[in-house]
Amino acid sequence: MAQTESELLDNPVAGNPTLILRSPDFHSITEAVAEPIERKTPIGWWFFFFPSLTLLGLLGVAVSWLFWEGIGVWGLNVPVGWAWDITNFVFWIGIGHAGTLISAILFLFRQRWRTSINRAAEAMTIFAVMCALLFPGIHVGRVWVAYWMFPLPNQMGVWPNFRSPLLWDVFAVSVYGTVSILFWYVGLIPDLAMMRDRAKTSARKFAYGFFALGWRGSVRQWHHYESAYLVLAALATPLVLSVHSIVSMDFAVSLLPGWHTTIFPPYFVAGAIFSGFAMVLTLMVICRTAFRLEHIVTLRHFDYMAKIMLVTGSMVGFAYATEFFTAWYSGNPYEFFTFLNRAGGPYAWAYWIMVSCNVISPQVFWFKKARTSIPILFVMSIIINIGMWFERFVIIVTSLHRDFLPSSWGYFTPTIWDISCLLGSFGLFFTMFCLFVRFLPMVATSEVKTVLPQADPHHGSAPEREIKEHRAALPRHAPTPAPGEA
Amino acid sequence: MPLLRPQLPTGPHYGILAEFATPADLFHACERVRDAGFTRWDAHTPFPVHGLEKAMGLRRSLLPWIVLVAGLTGAAGGFALQWWVHASAYPLVISGKPYFAWPAMIPITFELGVLFAAFGAVLGMFGLNRLPMHYHPLFKSKVFERVTDDAFFISIESWDPRFDSSATGKLLESLGARSVELLES
Repeated sequence: MAQTESELLDNPVAGNPTLILRSPDFHSITEAVAEPIERKTPIGWWFFFFPSLTLLGLLGVAVSWLFWEGIGVWGLNVPVGWAWDITNFVFWIGIGHAGTLISAILFLFRQRWRTSINRAAEAMTIFAVMCALLFPGIHVGRVWVAYWMFPLPNQMGVWPNFRSPLLWDVFAVSVYGTVSILFWYVGLIPDLAMMRDRAKTSARKFAYGFFALGWRGSVRQWHHYESAYLVLAALATPLVLSVHSIVSMDFAVSLLPGWHTTIFPPYFVAGAIFSGFAMVLTLMVICRTAFRLEHIVTLRHFDYMAKIMLVTGSMVGFAYATEFFTAWYSGNPYEFFTFLNRAGGPYAWAYWIMVSCNVISPQVFWFKKARTSIPILFVMSIIINIGMWFERFVIIVTSLHRDFLPSSWGYFTPTIWDISCLLGSFGLFFTMFCLFVRFLPMVATSEVKTVLPQADPHHGSAPEREIKEHRAALPRHAPTPAPGEA
Repeated sequence: MPLLRPQLPTGPHYGILAEFATPADLFHACERVRDAGFTRWDAHTPFPVHGLEKAMGLRRSLLPWIVLVAGLTGAAGGFALQWWVHASAYPLVISGKPYFAWPAMIPITFELGVLFAAFGAVLGMFGLNRLPMHYHPLFKSKVFERVTDDAFFISIESWDPRFDSSATGKLLESLGARSVELLES
């Protein structure tokens, strides 16, 4: 649909760019988001759901076999005692970080473009944290005593060691999962009420109505609601930074060359945001087309996300370089050997996949053409996620496979069960995401409506009109047209 | 005590519900209703309208104080648990460190503080908003179904001292209401 001149002009009062195209009214936003959930399940949905469910079944088989036989079914052995299990854990928890970044940090920074993508990103966070929690849970070997990770009173009088980063991790990840669910649910309440009010069948009315808690959009309610949302965002912001920092301390607090570095917390957080945005992009490229939400999730949103990926990808590249410099500058022969071995040893192939996917290829995002091209964005998002998986693999496995004694050196090779667990975790993730887009509003309508110009109670007032006329009289140079959609 | 106050008006009528076309109309109407001295009334919108709580004359939410207390409770409880385990219940020398090595206990203290604060925020919001409340007289109105879509309402409850079923309705009409409806209890 063609844009009129006035639509392309940035909002003169708030100075904000036009975020939602085609100048919709409030009702058409409701329709665009709610209608896909209410119509008959489209065939296309099954094409995503069945393969995901199959992979989830594979996960069930792989995990059952693991429980039956023990963690020897994975390719783990001395000296590589952590490999794909912890790689997958760090990979998934990293992906989860983008959701909270979008919903909390961008909220605090008043980045109103987040409203189009925050709901889907938060859902993605929850499913990624579920996948992440799976791996530490199953890698302990004796899963029937996994509850020893928690400080529960027991007949042995034994308590966990609170001074261990591994226990910090248990707390950080489970608190993060819980707070993400709370944040997501609070955001969903007004939209669940919308689904309740639109419901045609009593079953839907009951199901949505039950979880909408009797929300009636009262300003006295919104007043406390907005306060709660702001507080949750303010809590989630330091939380998200703490979670990946603590994950990195699982490594950094050890004495192993390659792990024992102080750069890990910020480096891990940057990498987490980088990979998380890539996953949001993968999902949103598919969803906006499948659900015809091109006017709500616009190329402008993708442009912004690509910029964040360029920044965080470059931070990750800088961290790789800093690690090398520090290893050389420390004068520690073990440390320096570890890094030379990473780039030139038996796992050099993994190292260079990591560098080319994470540092070199995102540089295309310097160009606006790449940032607003759907095929390039989609391919890049997948390349980045491959690269970020390899980053965790490189950190974990290359540091372990060379011990201090050459007699203890080894080489890790995955088994079919390692591969099944990784593929299966994607099955879990995509199954959950398919169910989410089928049954819940994937765009936060009550937030998107607030960024429409007519949501401003002073819209159309005399000062606003004056500014608009003044802007229109100026020579056309400053306002940038919304990319695409022409 | 606000929680002990009856929640819904008694008597034959719940109150009057008036629909407005735009957020701007609602905003000006709210200012007028506030200035007319009504106390037991509310506005209903599909999304939070910027500044409407000021137009209604609402005071700041108490919620941040609830969150502060909950968060401090969580952090203090988490720190106390770790102290009790390592210095009292199960003292164990690890890496030659003191039993009460408090810097190592900061991460979990922080996490538990955030966890309790988040529950304080959500449950506190539910408490202040009296959710869940699955029954409400407003849901009897057919037009009110659009409150989560694109309609803007003011409801004035019948137990407001200034409420009068005909005069209040006329006031709302004069403020530009699209429709005015008297709701049963």
